[in-house]
Amino acid sequence: MPRPLIHRLVHAGLVLGAFSLCFGIVAGARAQTELLNVSYDPTRELYREINAAFIAEWNAKNAKKITTIRQSHGGSGAQARTVIDGLNADVLTLALAGDVDAVAQRSKKLPENWQSRLPQNSSPYTSTIVFLVRKGNPKAIKDWGDLVKPGVQIITPNPKTSGGARWNYLAAWAYAEKAFNKDDAKVRDYVAKLLANVPVLDTGARGATTTFTQRGIGDVFLSWENEAFLALKEFGPDKFDIVVPSLSILAEPPVAIVDANVDAKGTRAEAQAYLDFLYTPKGQAIIAKHFYRPRNPEAADPKDIANFPKVDLVTIDAVFGGWAKAQATHFGDGGTFDQLYKPAR
Amino acid sequence: MSDATLPRHDAAAAPAPAAKPQSARSVVGESPIIQAALITVSLAFLLLFLLLPLITVFVEAGARGWSGYREAITEPDAVSAIRLTLLVAAIAVPFNVVVGVAAAWAIAKFEFRGKNLLISLIDLPFSVSPVISGLVYVLLFGAQGYLGPFLRANGIEIIFALPGLVLATIFVTFPFVARELIPHMQAIGSTDEEAALTLGASPWRVFFSITLPNVKWSLFYGVLLCNARAMGEFGAVAVVSGKIRGLTNTMPLHVEILYNEYMSAAAFAVASLLAGLALVTLALKALLEWRYGDAIAASRRH
Amino acid sequence: MAGRAAAPSAWRRPSVLPGLGLSLGITLTALSLVVLIPLAALFIKAASAGPAEIWAIATSPRTLAALRLSFLGALFAACINAAFGLILAWVLVRYDFPGRRLIDAAVDLPFALPTAVAGIALAAIYAPNGWVGALLAPLDIKVAYTPLGVMVALIFIGLPFVVRMVQPVLEEAQGDIEEAAALLGASRLRTIFQVILPPVLPALLTGFVLAFARAVGEYGSVIFIAGNIPMLSEIAPLLIVIKLEQFDYAGAAVIATLMLLLSFALILLVNLIQARARRRLGDV
Repeated sequence: MPRPLIHRLVHAGLVLGAFSLCFGIVAGARAQTELLNVSYDPTRELYREINAAFIAEWNAKNAKKITTIRQSHGGSGAQARTVIDGLNADVLTLALAGDVDAVAQRSKKLPENWQSRLPQNSSPYTSTIVFLVRKGNPKAIKDWGDLVKPGVQIITPNPKTSGGARWNYLAAWAYAEKAFNKDDAKVRDYVAKLLANVPVLDTGARGATTTFTQRGIGDVFLSWENEAFLALKEFGPDKFDIVVPSLSILAEPPVAIVDANVDAKGTRAEAQAYLDFLYTPKGQAIIAKHFYRPRNPEAADPKDIANFPKVDLVTIDAVFGGWAKAQATHFGDGGTFDQLYKPAR
Repeated sequence: MSDATLPRHDAAAAPAPAAKPQSARSVVGESPIIQAALITVSLAFLLLFLLLPLITVFVEAGARGWSGYREAITEPDAVSAIRLTLLVAAIAVPFNVVVGVAAAWAIAKFEFRGKNLLISLIDLPFSVSPVISGLVYVLLFGAQGYLGPFLRANGIEIIFALPGLVLATIFVTFPFVARELIPHMQAIGSTDEEAALTLGASPWRVFFSITLPNVKWSLFYGVLLCNARAMGEFGAVAVVSGKIRGLTNTMPLHVEILYNEYMSAAAFAVASLLAGLALVTLALKALLEWRYGDAIAASRRH
Repeated sequence: MAGRAAAPSAWRRPSVLPGLGLSLGITLTALSLVVLIPLAALFIKAASAGPAEIWAIATSPRTLAALRLSFLGALFAACINAAFGLILAWVLVRYDFPGRRLIDAAVDLPFALPTAVAGIALAAIYAPNGWVGALLAPLDIKVAYTPLGVMVALIFIGLPFVVRMVQPVLEEAQGDIEEAAALLGASRLRTIFQVILPPVLPALLTGFVLAFARAVGEYGSVIFIAGNIPMLSEIAPLLIVIKLEQFDYAGAAVIATLMLLLSFALILLVNLIQARARRRLGDV
């Protein structure tokens, strides 16, 4: 019983209409002021406390209240990708400048000179890479050189997806350059041996921590300093020891406002104040409490500062000529990681 | 007539034959020793792969006691994840029911060219990796995607918001209802409907008072499975969610987040809710088969 | 298509029933919006890479290794599931023992349990400090964070397919022919392999292909238990996610397209097996 064509079209139109209506309703704007902080894996605990402190301070002074600061966490590269794909972040607090650069270049939502807009390379806190080993250090791991000994299992996340892992990789590389006097063949040999000792390559820093601490895999975990302290705090100092290597890298996790998003949402003042808050004495004290190295140690509790061991820190600019170069040389397709990584069978 | 590409979940189609006394077939059956061995092997296999994970979920969830458990599932982020999951399922499941019934009607009641292709296309999401189901929406609706600039210009949010979650969920659960209904409707045939129409009943009346009641149990199965998958989907939803706590985090994503925050007891607590949902789903299904097994079988023999 | 419908017999067999236009309209609209247009976007994205780059991505060692793991892992898991699924279906249909119905209901658990939940539970059990992992550790068998862990997860999610496809056929198959074979002097094994199993074969094959198809694309349960080591325990869907996180949209789309084509081929294969089985049974 064939129906006229027009009936079919009407039916199809009705279905289409209902479909688009669903989306239209949902797309309505939200009324309260909310900020969205898109961050990387290990900052969860830090920003939980920062957010509470900042909201209290802001709301005491301003008529336009902030109701919530939303958090999104994941691997630094993955988080940058979601912002590029349209996640409406007000601020980015990622693991490394390279990921914020990627957002700036691909989405054009913030200017390429973003890093000069806030003090100290836009990094209100720094960190470094240390070794977390099992209690008593049964494999006697003292420095980078011990990592390539046969039978040592190293846990590190995948440098392709994790910001922390990129710092790990560069710290190892910097050590090797110093130890082998910039002999490129030996440096490569060292890094290749190190990578050959890695049995599990998680996608994010937090997954790697779980693998090492809760699943009992590996002898040494190349970890953010803050993540290592947190593991001691969560699981008890009787399970793990922190080993500080002779040399490590100064990691500067950057923060930035996403201009196009805050302007569209009308949240620029709040977002700016939020990031500025990180540099205030109160913010710096909270930062130190969560095992990040504050830029302004005087503001923090001396007990927290005493936690931080003295390490010989090299910078990415001095050794690698900045993120853009390091990213292309080491982590791009066909970079040194791709060349040197050959999983043991 | 088994045309199902998805399994039919209808052990009841043949009414409980295993209840027949074994002794009546003494010439066929295996020796008791072989029987016992096969049963042991099956049970061990099930224990190792199915029951142990389930038990683990509940044991780990209870690791911090009842108060810890209650805290984990009443904490605001958990509550909003539960609410979001229910909301997504509440949109995706009815959508798939309407489409599934329509597809089953077209496919089971009519012969037309390209039908087999249509069936295969409906089945497609079932074998597509969940990650791909998320990826396609990112490519289409993401800021760098084909429709991104248009959506942005009009202030429409799809991915990293509810519509994206709903779309990804609809995609992965698309075949469930249709694939339950098609074989059943095909088996029943259309003589009843034809008779009613000849007697002057209106088409909608025929549909609601003959077709739907005939297939209600298959429809119910389809809805149950569709719902279970909709609430539990992880891969597809993870790609389009943006993982904003309290806003675009569904329960399975919340489980992952808690797991990543060293709160494994809380992670398993939320997971236990999902596992509980799974158990309810199975219980309902089993109940239906036991209670209405004969009715289902009868309607299938139609 | 709608235009051609004006000449009814051209593309469909006439029927007294109404509603083909409406139902087909809804189906095709939804199918297009939810499935086909998004998949078309995937193809366009993949094609935008250009033939040389597509070839380079598709044949890069890492892609091949990931695809090999996903396919061989899924194949292996499907084989295990076919073997144990058949035994399980046999036991559930033929034998009566306490708790049989409970077990029968439990078989569907992987359908209902979210994959992420299954993933963390399996990882917890099979890790070296987990219940099963601790038993295997002294034997130097590592399951979690190795390719073996991938298999465990894939076996879990594929288990119900074989059982649920084979069960109804086994139920119908029992009875007279079997007795006749036995009375005519066939040994029990011969009866099983020559009389009972042949009609079960299409269903077994269908279950096998379904378990395989599901396992190839599985993500949620696998990433928690696999070590995710490139070239070793990195599954293809994870590689797609990693490509995506490196802003390599085209690369992700190319791998996704490869997997998609294969999925579609598998689904067509299932429908073909079933159509043939039906024809042979004279059931149409």
